[in-house]
Amino acid sequence: MAYIENNPIIRLENVSKTYPAGTKALQDLSLTIQKGEFVFVVGTSGSGKSTLIKLLLKEIEPTSGKIEVNGQEVTAMKHKQVAKYRRKLGVVFQDFRLLKDRNVFENVAFALRVVGKSNYTIRRQVPAILTIMGLGDKYASFPRQLSGGEQQRVALARALVNRPPILLADEPTGNLDPRNSWEIMKLLDEINKKGTTVVVVTHNSDIVDAMQKRVITMKKGVMVSDEQKGGYSYDKH
Amino acid sequence: MTNISTFFYSIKQGVKNIHRNRMFSLASMGTITACLFMFGIFYFLLSNFQFMIRNAEGSVGVTVFFEKEVEQAGIDAIGNMLAARPEVDKIEFVSAEEAWEKFKEETFQGEENLEASFGEDNPLADSASYEIYLNDISKQAGFVKYAEEIEGVRQVNSSDTTAQGLTSFNVLVGYVSAAIIIILLAVAVFLISTTVATGISVRKDEIAIMRLLGATDYFIRAPFIVEGILIGFTGAVLPLFVLYFIYNKVIYYVQDKFGILSNILTFLDVSVVFKNLVPISLCMGVGIGFVGSYLTVRKHLRV
Ligand SMILES: Nc1ncnc2c1ncn2[C@@H]1O[C@H](COP(=O)(O)OP(=O)(O)OP(=O)(O)O)[C@@H](O)[C@H]1O
Ligand SMILES: [Mg+2]
Repeated sequence: MAYIENNPIIRLENVSKTYPAGTKALQDLSLTIQKGEFVFVVGTSGSGKSTLIKLLLKEIEPTSGKIEVNGQEVTAMKHKQVAKYRRKLGVVFQDFRLLKDRNVFENVAFALRVVGKSNYTIRRQVPAILTIMGLGDKYASFPRQLSGGEQQRVALARALVNRPPILLADEPTGNLDPRNSWEIMKLLDEINKKGTTVVVVTHNSDIVDAMQKRVITMKKGVMVSDEQKGGYSYDKH
Repeated sequence: MTNISTFFYSIKQGVKNIHRNRMFSLASMGTITACLFMFGIFYFLLSNFQFMIRNAEGSVGVTVFFEKEVEQAGIDAIGNMLAARPEVDKIEFVSAEEAWEKFKEETFQGEENLEASFGEDNPLADSASYEIYLNDISKQAGFVKYAEEIEGVRQVNSSDTTAQGLTSFNVLVGYVSAAIIIILLAVAVFLISTTVATGISVRKDEIAIMRLLGATDYFIRAPFIVEGILIGFTGAVLPLFVLYFIYNKVIYYVQDKFGILSNILTFLDVSVVFKNLVPISLCMGVGIGFVGSYLTVRKHLRV
């Protein structure tokens, strides 16, 4: 891994999230992620990993604490700024979230249309990212005609076509077999090597152990460990 | 965020929404069509009645005669009082001589002998009068009453039956049409709202994805507003076409059937009526579509 200077791109200060029902999903979480880092977030089910991703996406608001992303204070952001803020975050999920009635090309193009890019830009950028994702010959297929791994690569292409500085992935390999999981993880690693900060929530212990990245372990809303070149170790805690 | 690609994308998506949601869209269009068809018919009737009344008004006036002993000064005073009324459009003094000349012209029609037998006598010596033209025929009855009560006025003549009849029918048609139009308008707004709400719920996942990808509220809402406006616009164009084609047919039929009344039943040219009806109908259609969809989008795409 390349040397990472002190240039925080994501910063959480004493962030807590209590859901209306009373669940304390995150408790006093403080955490800094540097520009260009690759970070795994692991932990038992219900430990608050998805809650962390949702906070970063400003889908939900923290009960207390401060979140800073890209030098912007997310918690203080006005509604009008949210759309623009999200364009700086690529995001993929376990269930891919593709548009079932549109083909691969249109699914990826969607991310560009949403931000008002011209057809000219779309025709240039979509094929380029599809080729990088190894989907060059699938542009006319519909999601139902693709394997899980291919669908996740389409989702990844969509998340990255706008060249966001940060990629958030919530269990991107949760629905994939080991071979496809590895393929996705390798793509994420390549993207990270090109400069994108990558945060991956995962349950895949083999991959976490093998990749030797920073690992943040969560348990019941509390960060129990944060190791450089860590392993999938939450069982120990 | 408004740029050309977004603009066209929104329109395309709006059209897609309509297509995906055919049944509701058609129901909404149908209601707007019915509503504006009613409105169109009402508008045709109204403008033609007004046209007929205005024609009739040319010959219908109120004539005010004076008591024998009233001097010219008194006549002038009465004239001033009448002219001061807001419903008076034009007032003309007809002297006894003029009245006699007119009578001779109309009655004797060149029968010199008969005319000569009157010599210099004027049988209408006391028939000086004011001929008054009103700007609003519905105020005629009130005006006649007012004139009759002025001191020095002997008699007030008015030939008002046709005009009055037309006016009250006019008002009745107006009320009934307005009621139906308002009901249909409400139904149309409701249906468009339902159509758009259905579209929004069908595309819930898509909208969630759009949000995550950084779509602005404008971008998310625009296709639904476009959908509403297009439905309204189509619903407005349809009745205009239908009205255009049946108007002349109806006029022809009426004039053929009621030929005796041909001097009262004068109709406006279709283009005259359309000059106002087209923009009014289109504005109403587009307005219904916009209001219906905007309210729904505001409610269901809360942020
Ligand atoms: N919208 C919500 N309303 C109420 N409680 C919620 C909500 N979302 C999550 N929770 C609760 O908050 C806690 C943390 O949930 P979260 O989804 O962050 O867990 P997670 O670490 O992502 O789990 P998993 O590995 O199963 O995805 C859980 O106890 C969950 O039940
Ligand atoms: Mg989760």
